[in-house]
Amino acid sequence: MKKPELIARIFLFLLLIAAGAAGVIAAVPAFGPGSGEIHELHARMPENGGWSLDTISAKAGQPIHLRMTSDDVLHSFAIGQSDRPPVDLYPGKWEETTLVFDQPGRYTFYCTRWCGRNHWRMRGTILVTGEDVETAAQAETQEKPLYLALDLNLDAPHNAEIVPQREPSAERGRALEQRLPAYALDRDTYLKNSPETVWKRLRTEPALADLDDAALWDAVAWIWARQTSPEKLAKAAGLYATNCAACHGETGKGDGVMVEGLPRFDPANIHKEGHASTSERLGNNQMAESEMGLSAPGDFTDPKLLLGASPALLEGKLLRGGMGTGMPYWGPIFTEEEMDALIAYLYQFAMDTDAAVQ
Amino acid sequence: MSQFTVQEHNPHVFEKGAASHRNPLIYSRWPLFIARAITLAGFVLTILAGLFGSVVGSQNFAIIFVWIAWWTALKLLFIPLGGRSWCAVCPIPMPGEWISQGGIFPGGKKIGLGRKWPKQLTLGKLGVLNLHGTWLQSAGFLMIGLFSAVTLTTPALTGWVLLGIIVLSFGLSLVFEKRAFCNHLCPIGGFTGLYAQAAPVEIRVKDRAVCAAHTEKTCYQNCPWGVYVTALQDNGPCGMCMECIRVCPHDNVSINLREFGKDFIESRKSSRLDEAFLALVMLGCVMAFSAVFLGPWGELRRAAYQVGSANWMVYAAGFLLFAGLLIPGLYALLLRLGGPVEKFGKSMARFSRPLLPLGLAAWIAFTISFAFAKLSYVLPVLSDPFGRGWDLFGTAGVVWSPDVSIISPILQAAVLLGGLLWMGQAARRDADTARRALFIQIYGLMITIAMLFLLVG
Repeated sequence: MKKPELIARIFLFLLLIAAGAAGVIAAVPAFGPGSGEIHELHARMPENGGWSLDTISAKAGQPIHLRMTSDDVLHSFAIGQSDRPPVDLYPGKWEETTLVFDQPGRYTFYCTRWCGRNHWRMRGTILVTGEDVETAAQAETQEKPLYLALDLNLDAPHNAEIVPQREPSAERGRALEQRLPAYALDRDTYLKNSPETVWKRLRTEPALADLDDAALWDAVAWIWARQTSPEKLAKAAGLYATNCAACHGETGKGDGVMVEGLPRFDPANIHKEGHASTSERLGNNQMAESEMGLSAPGDFTDPKLLLGASPALLEGKLLRGGMGTGMPYWGPIFTEEEMDALIAYLYQFAMDTDAAVQ
Repeated sequence: MSQFTVQEHNPHVFEKGAASHRNPLIYSRWPLFIARAITLAGFVLTILAGLFGSVVGSQNFAIIFVWIAWWTALKLLFIPLGGRSWCAVCPIPMPGEWISQGGIFPGGKKIGLGRKWPKQLTLGKLGVLNLHGTWLQSAGFLMIGLFSAVTLTTPALTGWVLLGIIVLSFGLSLVFEKRAFCNHLCPIGGFTGLYAQAAPVEIRVKDRAVCAAHTEKTCYQNCPWGVYVTALQDNGPCGMCMECIRVCPHDNVSINLREFGKDFIESRKSSRLDEAFLALVMLGCVMAFSAVFLGPWGELRRAAYQVGSANWMVYAAGFLLFAGLLIPGLYALLLRLGGPVEKFGKSMARFSRPLLPLGLAAWIAFTISFAFAKLSYVLPVLSDPFGRGWDLFGTAGVVWSPDVSIISPILQAAVLLGGLLWMGQAARRDADTARRALFIQIYGLMITIAMLFLLVG
């Protein structure tokens, strides 16, 4: 071979090797500076595959290094039941973060940006194991949620049969507190009963017979208002705006941006086989969405809805989700305090408890 | 271009003379080889970035370098200034060419079957149409157009397309002689060959008599493209590799500077219907792209992205009808309105040259609309070609997005109107009657108004 040809071939070979090497280095996942294991996490809309990792395993007390990016739209990375602020993930930009979990357990990471109709499906698990073998047993002995203890059917319709003619006002009801029986002011009564049940019970009290129906509803509103505080409501307002308003709407009417154009949820249709009539009415896309269980949620400002639901029932719905709707489960994401604040906040849509609390 | 300094009395840059005065940039094979090696390495990097890099287009070298940097440079620099100068450094045919000629530099042991390109594919007949290579290229360009919305934004698809193209080109080199892929299939080759005729550079023989007396035809034997430089009527088929200059024993080939658009002016011995169709398809494509990507119709854009859906089928049919039938048909109609014609196909071919300046201006104006705004992505992806958060050269964070909202429309309008004037001149010269010229000009005016509406608003 002639010398120029040889030089040319070597030159070409080296250039191609350099280009190829760059590709190989880039193709190796989690390549990058830093020590320890790095998990590479890609956020994608659920339609595009959701989180690239379903489960991240870690050991208690040991750091987890995450390199995160979004492959499509703006997402964010947050951890349930934690005060850690969410990390926004912009398409193609990389974010790094280090997490340490002191306690073994299952933690949920999720997206807090309304990235699409199935936004709420963007959940993943961080499984933290520890030396402590008792942890699992501990988790088992944890108190059962009230809805399980009461054996409530979360899927059954729970519309109130009796509803007030005007919006109940806790402010007006406050004046009646002295006249209310002791059980009415008991927290346990609040937790286990719907406003309607409590109202019906009070209606049977001879001592309150002089009160008209509306005044009695005001008393019930006060009973509900007593169970929360301005701080709790403020916190719940933030949680609602971030997590719930996308579907339930800012005013609770069930008209959030994510459910625009979807059929209204009808509890009577749950578990019915074949939604033929619905499917025929809807176009292709909408049909696909309704088959995925997406529907516009009920209207909280319709008194039938919330006045017929007990806090225990609402807690169950929040914890477990489902009900044949697109309602996510929030158990691993909200703390007990957050859950409690949020439930009290929801009743505001049906009763004016806000002013009294302030 | 400084090496191409031309003296007025002497249009030939490189006069026959002592070898020591020969410009090594032209007479040495090394500069071109180094450029090709670099583009080939870049091509490999592009494929790897497409396949393994970030799925976010704006962060991926493959998308930014192919569809922003290269596609812009091709239309704003390579073609208007250098003709098919991109073809001279294009990496796609190189592996096949090196293997089939048995080495990087010619003279090795040839490998491959070296068959001639089958006649059925070049000169087959479909009804009244003679199927020359550019029919395939027109079809290829239309295919690119159909899937462009997705290819342009999906790095992996870009990677696969490029890989497929280089493998195809390589395979064809082993079976057929010369640049089979470039000459007959490369859709960009059709586009480039068409508008290369505007370039102010040409490779031509100095004295045809010398060639006529030369029996070996060394230039033709060595031309990778199979072009006989003596017979060149225009820049269209010439890949600007300058091999003919290097091998001519009489030093009778030169690279010349010339006035812009010289090929548009010079009368031609023959004109081909397939080239006229290619020019019309290119015109239709640039209008369709402008409508899809820059026009005010969101529904249209969405349909273009949903490849395979019912909406996309409608879009695809509309696109093909528009670029393949409506725009050519409108031209045919106006030609006919311009006066009676003997044979329609022949007239289409004969009067097609005014379409070239019109199309070139439309493509340049279209390119301006996104090029400057998107060029800001180029520096960051150089430092982070795979979109992995690297910063190899410290340019990953460079934010440079010039505000071109004022200058851009002015420039586009100027280019489009310039193209229309140029077209008008060409029409007056080419048309057989003043009436015909007028109708060709009306066609140009309609296209220009449509482009102005789409680009400038």
